Amino acid sequence: MLVRQQQNTADTPRQSDRFGIASGWLLVASLLCMPLAQADAEKGLAIATEQKVRDRGWGDSESELQMVLRTAQGRESVRRMRTLALEVQGDGDKSLTIFDEPLDVRGSAFLTHSHPTAEDDQWLYLPSVKRTRRIASRNKSGPFMASEFAYEDMTSFELEKFSFNYLRDEPCAELTCYVVEQTPTDSFSGYSKILVWVDQQHYRVMRAEYYDKKQSLLKILELSDYRQYLDKFWRAHKLSMQNQQTGKSTDLLLESIRFNTGRSAADFDVAALERAR
Amino acid sequence: MASVQPLILRGRWLILALSLCFIVLSSIGLGQLYFRGDYRIFFAKDNPQLQAFEQMQLEFNKSDNILIGIAPRSGDVFQPEMLQLIREYTEAAWQTPYSIRVDSLSNFQHTTAEVDDLVVADLVPNSQLSAAERLVIRDIAIAEPALVNRLVAANGKVTAINITVQLPEPTQQQQVTEIWSFVSDLSAQFAARYPNVEFHHTGIIALNYAFASEAEQDVRALVPIMLAAIMLMLAVLLRSIAGALATLLIIVVTVTSTLGIAGWLGLFMSTATVNVPTILMTLAVADSVHLLASMQFALADGKTKSQAIQYSLQRNWQPVVITSVTTAIGFLTLNFSEVPILRDLGNLTALGVMLACVFSLTLLPVLMQFLPLRAATIQQSSGTMARLSEWVIQRQRLLLWGFVLVTLLCTALLPLNRVNDEPNKYFASSTSFRQANDFMEQNLSGFTSIDFALNGGVAGAVNQPELLQALESFSNWLAEQPEVMHVNTLSDVLKRLNKNMHQDDLAFYRLPETAAEAAQYLLLYEMSLPFGLDLNNQLNIDKSATRLTATLYNLGSKELIALEQRALAYFAANWPDYQLSAASAALMFAYIGERNMASMLTTLPLALLLISILLVVSLRSWRLGLISIIPNLVPALIGFGLWGLLVGEINLALSVVASMSLGIIVDDTVHFLSKYRHAREEGRDSEQAVRYAFHSVGRALCITTLVLVAGFAVLMFSGFRLNSDMGLLTSGIILIALLVDLLFLPACLLKLDKTGRTADVSPATTKHS
Repeated sequence: MLVRQQQNTADTPRQSDRFGIASGWLLVASLLCMPLAQADAEKGLAIATEQKVRDRGWGDSESELQMVLRTAQGRESVRRMRTLALEVQGDGDKSLTIFDEPLDVRGSAFLTHSHPTAEDDQWLYLPSVKRTRRIASRNKSGPFMASEFAYEDMTSFELEKFSFNYLRDEPCAELTCYVVEQTPTDSFSGYSKILVWVDQQHYRVMRAEYYDKKQSLLKILELSDYRQYLDKFWRAHKLSMQNQQTGKSTDLLLESIRFNTGRSAADFDVAALERAR
Repeated sequence: MASVQPLILRGRWLILALSLCFIVLSSIGLGQLYFRGDYRIFFAKDNPQLQAFEQMQLEFNKSDNILIGIAPRSGDVFQPEMLQLIREYTEAAWQTPYSIRVDSLSNFQHTTAEVDDLVVADLVPNSQLSAAERLVIRDIAIAEPALVNRLVAANGKVTAINITVQLPEPTQQQQVTEIWSFVSDLSAQFAARYPNVEFHHTGIIALNYAFASEAEQDVRALVPIMLAAIMLMLAVLLRSIAGALATLLIIVVTVTSTLGIAGWLGLFMSTATVNVPTILMTLAVADSVHLLASMQFALADGKTKSQAIQYSLQRNWQPVVITSVTTAIGFLTLNFSEVPILRDLGNLTALGVMLACVFSLTLLPVLMQFLPLRAATIQQSSGTMARLSEWVIQRQRLLLWGFVLVTLLCTALLPLNRVNDEPNKYFASSTSFRQANDFMEQNLSGFTSIDFALNGGVAGAVNQPELLQALESFSNWLAEQPEVMHVNTLSDVLKRLNKNMHQDDLAFYRLPETAAEAAQYLLLYEMSLPFGLDLNNQLNIDKSATRLTATLYNLGSKELIALEQRALAYFAANWPDYQLSAASAALMFAYIGERNMASMLTTLPLALLLISILLVVSLRSWRLGLISIIPNLVPALIGFGLWGLLVGEINLALSVVASMSLGIIVDDTVHFLSKYRHAREEGRDSEQAVRYAFHSVGRALCITTLVLVAGFAVLMFSGFRLNSDMGLLTSGIILIALLVDLLFLPACLLKLDKTGRTADVSPATTKHS
C-alpha cells in the first residue's frame, strides 16, 4: 500500500548524465537523499498508524500479570498484579492496575488516564493509609516496581508521543519485520530513541531496542507467545526486558486476558480507585 | 663452564644469530602488552574484601563513580548563574560514557505534598528563579540529609555532581580514559564559560585514571633520567664509548625481551610493573660493568682482546650467575605477596635479571669482539681501598661493636613502623588527584567511604518497622562517629515520605509505623522518579536488604579498619537478628597492606634461608655461609629502623622491599666473601684475606652499588608514592649494605673466622673466582 507509493517517489528524480557517469550518479544520490529521508519518516508513520489502526476497537479488557525480576546472577523476585483497561476514542486509554504481590503492597491501585499530547494523569491508592495520592510528576522514565520496565514502556501507544522513521526490512524469527525508529517527543522520556521491529503481516511488535540519552543501547525487549483474541487483536503473553548495561532482566507474563468485561468509564474515575480490589 | 668460554668466542656467529632470533621473537610480544590502571589489579580474585565488595556491587547497583566538585570564587553556589551551571552540567553529565546515574543539587528529587498531590520534581527547576525561590532552595538543600555534606556544603560554598558509571567487565584502561576525558572536557568547557568557578575531579574513576597517568608520567620522566644516569656513570667508570654502547644494547635487549615475553604471557602493565624497565636497567648494568671492567683490567695487563674477554669470563661467570640467581630469588619471593601486580613485578624482574645474565655472558663478549675497548687506566683508587682495609683492620673492635649497637638500636626502632595503605596518600601532594581530594575533604566530603548492607533475610524485610528502626538507629550512630562526614540512608527517604503523606507536617518526619505503609510509600515514590534516579542503589531486588553509605574523612587504614570493626560489633550487639556487612574500595586497600605485610614477613625467612644455602654451596663453607647472614640481614634492619624513626608508615610496596632488596644486597656479600675465601684457600690468614678482598673487589663493589643506589633513587622522582617510597627505601638499604659489607662484614670475619687457617674450607676444585 503506502509503502509502494513511497518507493516510486524515491525513484522518480532521475538526472541526465551531463557530468559523466560517476558525478552524475553522485548527483542522483544526493538528490535522492532528501525525498528518501522524508519518505522514510512517512513510511515510519504509516507503519505506526497501521499498528494503531489494527489495534482499534478492543473496547475493554481485564488481565492478570506476573512480573519476574532477575538480577545479573539470576536471583529472582516476583510481583503480581491485575490490570483493567479501557479504550478511549479520541484520547489516550485508561487503565487501573491493582497490586497483589508482594503482600505489603497488596490492594494498592494505580490509575492512569493517558493522553496523546498532555501529561498523563496518575493516581495511586494506598490501602495502608486509605488515601489516594495524585502523582504530580513529569517523570515517567523510572523503573516500574523496581523492574526493568519503565512506566513509559507500559503506557498506551500513541502516535503523538513519537516521531517515526522507517529504517529497513529485516527477518525476525520466521517472519519479516519493518524496523522503525521511534524518537520520543517528550523531553522527559528516558530514551533518545527506540528501534522497533514490527512484523509485516500482523503489525505486532516483536522486539524493541531502547537507547538511553547518551545513545547507548540500554535495554532490549523481546515479545513472544502472541495469541489472537476476538479474531483480531494480538496480545504477547511474554515480554522479556533485558538491561544491557546492568545485566538485570524482567519478564512480564500475561497470565490471562479477557475482553468485553463490561467495564465503563465510571470504573476508571478516581472515586473508583478506593473501591478497586 | 671452563670449556664453554672458548665456545662462546668460537660460536660467535651462532650466538649472534640465536640472540637475534630470541630477541625478535620475544619482542613481537610487545604488541600484546596493554595497560590497566583499574584499582582492582591490586587485589587477587580470592581477596575476601574484594569478594565482599563485588557481592555488594551485584546485590545493589555498582558504585564506581566520578565526583565533580564545583567551587565558585564567590563562595555561594545558590547564585542564579551557579544554579544555572549546576543544571547545565547535570544535564550534560548524562552524556558521560557508561554513566547510569547522575546526582546533583539540581536534579535531587524533591518531594512535597499539595492537598492530595505528591509533587516530585527537580529541586532546581529550569526557569528564572527569584531571590526568594533561591532562598527556599537553599534552605531545603541545607536541611536535606541526602544532600548536605555530600552534594552541597553546609555553608553553601561548594557543591558536587556525582556520576555513577557501570563499566563492562573486565575493565580496560581505555574505558576509564574515555570517561575521564569526557568529564574533564566538560569541566574545561564550563570553566571557559564560568571563569570564576573551580572544578575538582575525584572518585573511583579519577583514582583509576590517576593510577594510569602517574604510571605514564613515570615512564615518560623516569626512563630518560635513568638512561642519562646510566650513560653518565658508564662514561665515567669505563671511559669507553664502545663499552657504554654495548652495555646500553644489553640493557635494551633485556628490557624489550622481558616485556615482550610478558606480552606473550598475557600479562598487562600496571603502576607497579611499569617500573620493571627502570629496575632492570639498574640490575643489568651491574653485570656488564663487572665484565667490562675485568676486560679493561686484562687489556692493561697487556693481554690481547680475545684473551682479555676470556679472562673476564673466567673471573666473572660464577659471581655473575650467583648474584643473578640470588637477585632473582629475592624478586621471586614477591610471589607470596597478596597483590597480583607485585607478583607480576617480581616475576618479570626475576625473568629480566636472568635474561640480563645470559646476554651479559654471551652477547656482550661477542659484541666486544667487534668493538674497540680501551685498557684501564686506574691505579690510584686501589690505594684508597688499601687504606680503607688497613683502617678497618685497625678499628675492627670499634666497628664490630659499633655496628652491633646500631643494629640493635635500629631493630628497637622497627615497631615505630605501622602499616598504612590509603589510596589518596599513594599520590604525592603535587598530583592533581591528591589536590582535588584534599580540597573536597576540606570543603565538602571525603573520598573515603564504607558501604554497609543491612540484610533482613526475607523478602520485603526492609519495609518492616523493626528493621527500619535498626537502620535509623544505626545510621544515627554512624553519623555521630568522629570519622564520619555523611550517611546516606533509606531511613531518611522514608521519614521524608511519611511527612509528605501527612501534608508535610513536621511531626510526621519519622518512620512509618507499619510494613504496609513503608512498602506503599516506596511504591508511590518509585513510581514518581525519573530514569536513573531510582532506589535500586539502596534496595536489592526483593527488598530483603538495604545499602547505606558512610562518607568519611580520609582515614589511615588502621583507623578505617577500626571504624569498620566498631560498626560491625555495635550492630551485632544491638541487632543480632539482622546481618550487616561492610565493603568499599577504601576498605580493600586498608586490609591489603596488613595482609601483604603478613605474607611477606613469613616469606622473608624462607628467602633468607634459600639465599644462605646458595651461598653455603657456592662458597663451599658452612661458616662463611652462616656469617653471610649478618650482612644480608643487617641492612634491612637498619633501613627499616631508620624508616620507622623518620617516616613510620609502611605501604604495600614497602612491605616487599625487605625481600626484594635482600636479593640485591646479597651480591656485594657474594663478591666480597668469594674473594675472601679465595685468599683463605691460598693459605692466608683472615686479616690478609680481608686485605685481598678489599683490594680485588672493593672498588667494583663501590661502583656497582652506586649504580644501584642511583637506579632506585630515580624512582624517588615518581609522583606515585608506592614507587617513590620503594625507590627511597631500597636505595637506602643498598647503600647501607655497602657500608655493612665494607665495614661490618670484615670486622665480623676477623672476629668469627680467625681460628685455624683453612680448617673448614674444603679443598678448591676450581681456581678461578
